[in-house]
Amino acid sequence: MDAIKFVQEQMLKKPDFPKFGPGDNVVVTYKIVEGDKERNQSFRGDVIQINGEGAGKTFTVRKVSNGVGVERIWPFASPNIIDISVTKYGKVRRAKLYYLRDLVGKKARIKEKRNTK
Amino acid sequence: MNGIIGRKIGMTSVFDELGRNVACTVVEAGPCVVTQIKSEDADGYNALQLSYGEAKAKNTSKPMLGHFDKANTTPKRKLVEFRDCDLEKNLGDTITLDEVLQEGDIVSVVGTSKGKGFQGVVKRHNFRGVNDATHGQHNRQRAPGSIGASSYPSRVFKGMRMAGQTGNSRVKMRNLSVLKLFPEQNLVLIKGAIPGHKGTFVVIEK
Repeated sequence: MDAIKFVQEQMLKKPDFPKFGPGDNVVVTYKIVEGDKERNQSFRGDVIQINGEGAGKTFTVRKVSNGVGVERIWPFASPNIIDISVTKYGKVRRAKLYYLRDLVGKKARIKEKRNTK
Repeated sequence: MNGIIGRKIGMTSVFDELGRNVACTVVEAGPCVVTQIKSEDADGYNALQLSYGEAKAKNTSKPMLGHFDKANTTPKRKLVEFRDCDLEKNLGDTITLDEVLQEGDIVSVVGTSKGKGFQGVVKRHNFRGVNDATHGQHNRQRAPGSIGASSYPSRVFKGMRMAGQTGNSRVKMRNLSVLKLFPEQNLVLIKGAIPGHKGTFVVIEK
């Protein structure tokens, strides 16, 4: 087990992103490779879950785009993530916000947490 | 040198240079001790016998203790012969990972696959079974079906695929690439899966 931890530490980049958790609104800037072209795209939404530990740790961002719910899952260690910035800290009472999938419009909002850093 | 003995540690995943998530296996390989040198004159072929994995002296037979004493080493659990090695080694020399492998090498890994016990034809030979639960089918969803004709040939052909012991056999995985070496830790990162449970002995062949 320790050997696997050692390999993961050697092979995976250490993310130096700001700390965020479920309920926070984030902008993820990531790299897209199309053929031999590369461009950056950003995705803004609410973090609805943080899953796993170590090399397999991922986070899920949800947004509603043109009335359609869109979710993206990224590994924390993914080299395709260029930047993550937190725009709002949300006040939520659970770790997995799956209930947001069933809510639309004003009900799907997350209360903002004030005075935190 | 065309191979080394190791132990499967477990699996993890890393990102390649294109940002793709690649599943890979961590193997602890070497250092191996040369316990016998076979030569064309004495044995009819050239080979190096390598040993790996510490064993307790009380669990080693006296003839084997003598064999290890000759190489001036402690008792080992796994002995493997490698034929026609290009490395000049003496009895009792150690062979380390970086003498055998380089990053980017294409290797084969030999191990003992996980035992599945006595399994039916669906699991063992990927038969489809009966796809229907109705239309008169009853207690034969996973049955093998016909195993041959009747009065001619009046026997079942050899090699007919049937139920039986599955897994726990020697398996060689070919065309695996070496992603990364950690010579100080005796660790090697191999792309993809290799046979066997965690902790089992494997042989990495070039």
